[in-house]
Amino acid sequence: MKFLRKTLDKVKPTFSEGGKLSFLQSTFEAIETFLFVPNHTTHGGTHIRDGIDLKRTMITVVLALVPCLVWGIFNVGYQHFLSLGQTGSFFSVQNFLFGLEKVFPIIIVSYVSGLTVEFMFAQIRRHSVNEGFLVTGILIPLIMPPDVPLWMVSMSTIFAVVVGKEIFGGTGMNFLNPALTARVFLFFAYPTKISGDLVWVAEKADGYSGATNLSLASTGGQSAMINTDWQMFMGYEMGSIGETSVLMCLIGAAILIVTGIGSWRIMITAVIGALVMGYILNLVGAGPFAEVEPYKHLLMGGFMFGAVFMATDPVSAAQTQTGKLWYGFFIGIFCVFVRVINPAYPEGMMLAILLMNVFAPLIDYFVIESNKKKRLKRAKI
Amino acid sequence: MGKLIKLRRGKDIKLEGETSLEMAPAQSIRNYAIKPTDFNGIVPKILVKPGDEVKAGTPLFHSKKNAEILFCSPVSGEIADVVRGDRRLVLEVRILADAVNKYESFPKENPSSLGREQILERLKQSGCWPLIRQRPFNIIADPQDEPKSIFISSFDTAPLAPDYNYILKDQAVEFQTGLNALVKLTAGKVYLNLKKGANNCDAFAKANGVETFEFEGPHPAGNVGIQIHHIDPINKGDVVWVVNPQDVAVIGRLFIEGRYINEKLIALAGSEVKNRKYHKVFSGASIETLVQNNISESKNRFISGNVLTGTQIEQAGYLGFYDNVVTVIPEGDHYEFMGWLIPSYPRPSVSKTFPYYLTPDKKFKVNTNFHGEERAFVMTGEYDKVLPMDVLPVPLLKAILAADFDNMESLGIYEVVEEDLALCEFVCTSKINAQKILRDGLDMLMREG
Repeated sequence: MKFLRKTLDKVKPTFSEGGKLSFLQSTFEAIETFLFVPNHTTHGGTHIRDGIDLKRTMITVVLALVPCLVWGIFNVGYQHFLSLGQTGSFFSVQNFLFGLEKVFPIIIVSYVSGLTVEFMFAQIRRHSVNEGFLVTGILIPLIMPPDVPLWMVSMSTIFAVVVGKEIFGGTGMNFLNPALTARVFLFFAYPTKISGDLVWVAEKADGYSGATNLSLASTGGQSAMINTDWQMFMGYEMGSIGETSVLMCLIGAAILIVTGIGSWRIMITAVIGALVMGYILNLVGAGPFAEVEPYKHLLMGGFMFGAVFMATDPVSAAQTQTGKLWYGFFIGIFCVFVRVINPAYPEGMMLAILLMNVFAPLIDYFVIESNKKKRLKRAKI
Repeated sequence: MGKLIKLRRGKDIKLEGETSLEMAPAQSIRNYAIKPTDFNGIVPKILVKPGDEVKAGTPLFHSKKNAEILFCSPVSGEIADVVRGDRRLVLEVRILADAVNKYESFPKENPSSLGREQILERLKQSGCWPLIRQRPFNIIADPQDEPKSIFISSFDTAPLAPDYNYILKDQAVEFQTGLNALVKLTAGKVYLNLKKGANNCDAFAKANGVETFEFEGPHPAGNVGIQIHHIDPINKGDVVWVVNPQDVAVIGRLFIEGRYINEKLIALAGSEVKNRKYHKVFSGASIETLVQNNISESKNRFISGNVLTGTQIEQAGYLGFYDNVVTVIPEGDHYEFMGWLIPSYPRPSVSKTFPYYLTPDKKFKVNTNFHGEERAFVMTGEYDKVLPMDVLPVPLLKAILAADFDNMESLGIYEVVEEDLALCEFVCTSKINAQKILRDGLDMLMREG
């Protein structure tokens, strides 16, 4: 390690102000601080600081996403060979290699395009590179269909980083979830590549029905779904790369909740919201999709992935503890509402989260106002 | 015993280097200094020059805004220097002490038989007045005000804090006399807050004429600001005074002995101190003698106060006016390979991404490394978990950053001072300087509000 440190110290002046490569200062700093926690000491405030920093926080989220990613790689292969009529075991080398071939390039493209933009902005703005993209870069591939063209991944990632984040000032200042901004960009710009019945199996055999449980349920109701509850819970179904397995999402949720990184308030109230809306629609009974048993909404599509990894993004979620309860609840409500009460597309989680991202400041506003009112009331007595 | 208030939120940071409950042998300390920078918002008008002879209780400077607030020498001797910094800001008034202390004499009186005005007068002329601080703003109390109540916290929950039950175990009379004086200063109550389950010394257990409450919970339960919030919260326009228990005894001694004897027991703490005991010193003492041959060889940080709120001083620096502990910890100015992922040594943290929460009694050897870099606010709910008040700390800090006076007031800036947000600053993932932001906000409000 000493050799590495010495090398870094030696080349540091080249990248510092006045050096030949000073236009790469932010990039150098990002790499340096990735390798070594800086030797900065406290100054002026508390003399000691907690060991946690944003890098450790973000890597924990990435770690929580690994089960979903691994499952996703196998499932991409599994669904492909299933469409060809081959039903082998799920955890086979064949499935893994095929899945890896599909998923790995998407991950690389997402990280490379996103980080390039991040580094450029950091340099132009003269601030350090923020760690937020560590997570965004892996989230984006996991919410893409397995057959998505790589140039689209690149373009939507760049759009998400620039419009979703950097124009507001970078991580911490954005109001929309950057990964979902990437997905929603694709969704509206190239709808045929991210919805419908053709995109959910990589290199699907012709003639094989590529309709997901969600789209089947939206037209034919509960009885039309092809997978059992158990299959949907485990994740042997078609869908975006990383979102199919409820079990893997729950493992991720456990990691996030135990480490205190993800908000259990948002996850739990999102589930409650979805169930409540499901029951209401059951009572109203407006068509076959509305009559689907409420718990199935938790198993279908991207609900669980969204509730665990997307809704809990601390920057775009509600920031007050009470606000988080309402924020999660309404995501659940709107997810099921959008799924059932719209004729065009069967998935509602993405739009529900983005909608609540926009309303999160309003929720916080009410929570903060009520805190102020309590104080004001006390003053009068 | 009084009513019990239980607090859940907060965190006890357990560190190596606790002070044992023993007295160190007396040492003669010749160098003293009073630092005007210890007092928020005070611009000093210096009354002495180098070479002047002073006694304990002779004024060294007064506040430019209010000439009644005198800052007096804690010892007798000769003014050694008036140290100035940038823009001639006075940093220290240094005194070279006599071997035997000579005192200015003030009347010996029983405060219970004096009126409010007479007590105010005695406190102001003797140099005891700066011991009384006010909330909001965390500044020296204004003698013109009449506070709605006075608060004393009998315990300190900060890391490596001194134990006032040990410090005051033989000072019940002085403490009670001090209380008798304070009682006269407010039409409201004087509150003495105790720690639940503590073996209280006589000074606290037998205190008369005060209202007592018991508190239970992790740091910052011992912060007087937290206690005020739960007993008699500060609204806009309210003034509450607070006094450190050891300073109550100083006030008591003024009336008993007729002298300004600002002598106190301070704890010498921190992992780098070899022999950690209590030392009897006068206010403003140089710590040089105390740490000489008594610290490790490493590069150290000397802190007057605790690791959360104290002030960094030199090895030959001086004890701060309000501080009762000197902490010495190692500096952390080293690189750590992949330290954010695989920490190379244990460090205190509230985050459960570290496994240390499984061993809650573990004591950490802590250093001053920043453990990361400053970022924008990203994580939410962190501050709320360590601030046991009905105050929303992040919206408040954001209101301060935006210089939004209305929101600062309505979000409760009057209820908090720096030390209350110290733990928020410690836990912050984005390494935000919460205490400094709050101080700036309070200064802004004092100037313009």
